[in-house]
Amino acid sequence: MELTDRVFYAVVATLAPVAIGAGAFAAGGAGAAFGLFAWLVLGGSLVCLWERSVVRSAFALLGTFGGTAGLFLLLGSDFLAMSQILIYVGGILALILFGVMLTPPDLTERKLPRVASGLVAVGAGVAFIAAKVAMTADWVQAAELAEPKSATREIGVGFVAAEEYVIAFELAAVVLTVALVAAVYVARRRVVDLAPAPSGEQV
Amino acid sequence: MGLGAYIAVSAALFALGIVAILVRRNVLYVLMGIEMILNAANINFVAFDRFNQSAGGGGGLEGRMFAIFVIILAAAEAAVALAIVLNVFHLFNSVKPSEADLLRE
Repeated sequence: MELTDRVFYAVVATLAPVAIGAGAFAAGGAGAAFGLFAWLVLGGSLVCLWERSVVRSAFALLGTFGGTAGLFLLLGSDFLAMSQILIYVGGILALILFGVMLTPPDLTERKLPRVASGLVAVGAGVAFIAAKVAMTADWVQAAELAEPKSATREIGVGFVAAEEYVIAFELAAVVLTVALVAAVYVARRRVVDLAPAPSGEQV
Repeated sequence: MGLGAYIAVSAALFALGIVAILVRRNVLYVLMGIEMILNAANINFVAFDRFNQSAGGGGGLEGRMFAIFVIILAAAEAAVALAIVLNVFHLFNSVKPSEADLLRE
């Protein structure tokens, strides 16, 4: 492990108690939970961006997806948090890991100056837009928040009720079926590919 | 925590996703960056849904439904993207996005 990596991981690790402490100072127990999940989300994606090896990046995304599920829980959407864990961690992350396994590793691909300049440039842009939005936007927020209630039943009814989301639900089902069948079709090896290439012809 | 904290986390996650797409020369990082961006959008949907005034502060259904459909489409997108990554690697013997340049010629 190089010195820059050591420094980076030390910084990320020390950000955890800082985030949890700041959250606890601002809003008590719920704030501490928010700090933990926010640190998981941002730390996971930072490590994913930084890490040389694709496998470690993919596993760092575990923190991002899990932290997002925690934020959903804090926002009172338990059904969404569970689907997030099931689909992102169980499905999409597994797919990405399959992609990692089926492609060759390239440990020299990450260039630290590129990563740093990208972080600075995009960070400046997003910070500018965020400042603009914070100055001009005036969101009408609920005066006091009710206790979050589980909406799993409402979501299930909304999927099948004719006056709610049944069309979108059916459409999503069709899109998912078509996309998965198409993915299998695109990914399979054709018989032609397995035959030896004619000599003298380099692709 | 208020609405602003969630939006700040989501904006930072969005920025990190954009950086991952821009600076890493590997298609898999493009895929991961897209997932980060979709997650950031989902956090925003659910947070706005929770703090929505017309739902009486208890959270409505619209934002959550939107987030669920985003998750569904993200799953479909990941499957198709993996198939494309495998095909690109098979065709060009490389996972660098800049090497896939057949349409440029």
